[in-house]
Amino acid sequence: MANLAALLLLADSRLPAGGYAHSGGLEAAVAAGLVDDVASLEHFLAGRAATVGLLGAAVAAAACRVTAAPQGHRAAFTALDDALDARTPSPAQRNTSRQLGRQLVRVLGQVAPDPRLGELAGQPHHAVALGAGAAVLGLDARAAAYAYLHESVAGPAAAAIRLLALDPFATHAALARLRARLDRLASRADEYGAGTVADLPAPAAPLLDVYAEAHAARTSRLFAS
Amino acid sequence: MTATLGRPARAVAAPAPAARMRSSAAITTDLGADGRTRLVRLRSEAPQVLRPARPGPAPPLAACPPAAAHVWLTAGAAGPVGGDRLTFQIDVGAGSALLLTQVAATLLLPAVDGALSRTEVRITVAEGGTLIWMPEPIIVASGADHVTDVQVELAADARFVLREEVLLGRHGETGGQIEQRLQVSRAGRPCYRQDLALGTPDAATPAISGAHRASGSLLVLDPGQAQPPGVRLPGLAAVLALAGGGSAVTALAADNLALRRHLDAALRALTGTPTEATTRRTP
Amino acid sequence: MNRSNGTSSSTRALRLGVAGPVGTGKSSLIATLCRALADELALAVVTNDIYTDEDARFLRSTGVLPVERIRAVETGACPHTAIRDDITMNLIAVEDLEQGFAPLDLVLIESGGDNLTATFSPALIDAQLFVLDVAGGGDVARKGGPGIARADLLVINKTDLAPYVEVDVERMVADATAARHGARVLALSRHEPASVRALADWVRELRGAQLAGRHGPVDPGAPAPHVHR
Repeated sequence: MANLAALLLLADSRLPAGGYAHSGGLEAAVAAGLVDDVASLEHFLAGRAATVGLLGAAVAAAACRVTAAPQGHRAAFTALDDALDARTPSPAQRNTSRQLGRQLVRVLGQVAPDPRLGELAGQPHHAVALGAGAAVLGLDARAAAYAYLHESVAGPAAAAIRLLALDPFATHAALARLRARLDRLASRADEYGAGTVADLPAPAAPLLDVYAEAHAARTSRLFAS
Repeated sequence: MTATLGRPARAVAAPAPAARMRSSAAITTDLGADGRTRLVRLRSEAPQVLRPARPGPAPPLAACPPAAAHVWLTAGAAGPVGGDRLTFQIDVGAGSALLLTQVAATLLLPAVDGALSRTEVRITVAEGGTLIWMPEPIIVASGADHVTDVQVELAADARFVLREEVLLGRHGETGGQIEQRLQVSRAGRPCYRQDLALGTPDAATPAISGAHRASGSLLVLDPGQAQPPGVRLPGLAAVLALAGGGSAVTALAADNLALRRHLDAALRALTGTPTEATTRRTP
Repeated sequence: MNRSNGTSSSTRALRLGVAGPVGTGKSSLIATLCRALADELALAVVTNDIYTDEDARFLRSTGVLPVERIRAVETGACPHTAIRDDITMNLIAVEDLEQGFAPLDLVLIESGGDNLTATFSPALIDAQLFVLDVAGGGDVARKGGPGIARADLLVINKTDLAPYVEVDVERMVADATAARHGARVLALSRHEPASVRALADWVRELRGAQLAGRHGPVDPGAPAPHVHR
């Protein structure tokens, strides 16, 4: 893979884009009693990767291609934001995604300044911002998909250590077992990213929707989502 | 309806397990001169049999205009069974309103050879039109593998209400697999799209449906009605304010009775509809 | 360092960080400052909450500022990360307030209560004050740490409680001043108007220095060795 250093930079949780404040629905899943050990966490992460992970990765791949194109960035970004809106019924999830997208653009503006980033919406969805960021860092669409998929499971896994009394080694072993799955999902996302916006996947995750809304309504919580 | 699906097929009363049934049903409505909705086309083919409701007072659905036509979908045969392909075209004409309900739950059964069964529904609702579709649950028997593909095109001011309920397995069964695809566009712009796969290993994770046998949703798209703010439901259910306007309710439950309670409560909150309106009545 | 992205210099407020351990009275100090300065300076506040929006709610409930001028940043149980390593959420909150209520003179950023090593990034704030209280013990100031040693101002709060916790305030101030190599230490009680005036005067002077181009952020320095995430 070309530009591996750029991918490591983009996918690093230490990139200061505020991702550490989110659990991806895990805190609410723990509160609902549906995740309470490493096995249920691994299932949760697998389901998350297959749904919001695949959708976001496909959009990130598409956004990366769009950004690499010579023109038409703004309209294409808007179409991808709209596609994510139509595929994200939970308003709490849409808010989180757009908040993370805005934060990422704020960081990229100094980390990898590029006029194409200025064509993004004021609060683009996270996957759209990530795809654009991948492109300005010289990464291809598959790398963008990988970056999104990695964050879709690594973020909640890191949150799990704070939310549950889990062995951090066992938790990371669960992440490691998801590698082959993430590889398959990245390939699929890459293919979707090469297709039309209308054909982007829309994998539903009813529990993630329910968690997101329940969490947003809580006044006492560790994570923002 | 797509050309490949439009092949005329004879109704088969009792299909052999390996038989491939093709069924094509259709409803078209328009607005009559008397201001009432007319059923200008009603095409049935087993197992999809359509019957107009007896004339009478309009069903007590707040979202349903008094001039609506009411049609029952009844099953003229078992199934669909694996390999079957059902198509259903619903065209609601300008200014008309259709309430579509179902007599009994749909039972999806497996084919001997494990073939996929498929239901394709194509819906258009023209200017000022209303479609309220309240089917009974889909029960996915063990071994069944089914795809439901619903595509809806709404005019800018059309109203659309859809309930979907899935129960994995009959009593004591774990159940088969189903993928429900639903996409809605308004005035040509996609506004809602969800593909829900249930009964798969991924779906059983605590991110999608967990160990819950019953899952359902309710989509209420009514441009004339503001989104009710902050409707909260108990249990694993949520009212979701959609980006393009309207609301979706998603709910998971241990069984179909608990699921229906969630969805009825949500329907009341969103449209002011009494609970009994959504429950089954004899056609 | 270019810290003004998103906010033009004409709308740039003085960004003042308020750090210190849990329970030393950061929220109360901010409410006190807002009361003292609201008539002369245009103000806004960003809180960094750990588990709830308690701090934001406390400030809103005091009525010292219109509620929309108080923003809560959620820190995912990591308050020191949000003010030091990954400041994006706080920066956006500050910039949104500066743009939404332009022109602002002062934005107060309250850190989530943390330990003695947590200090603000100079990319987020122009100056920071570090808050200790007498109830935490008279020897805390001697322990030092980057916040105590090199914050622009060290506040020793709740001096009215000193007799009850057997702390000698003068001694504590002297120890702290020594730990800070003579830099300013302020003994504060919200029940002693003179100390509140002194705090407000310090902020006024700082704002004046910033407007005159005489003040830039000074980093208290890295926290104690600490591995995170």
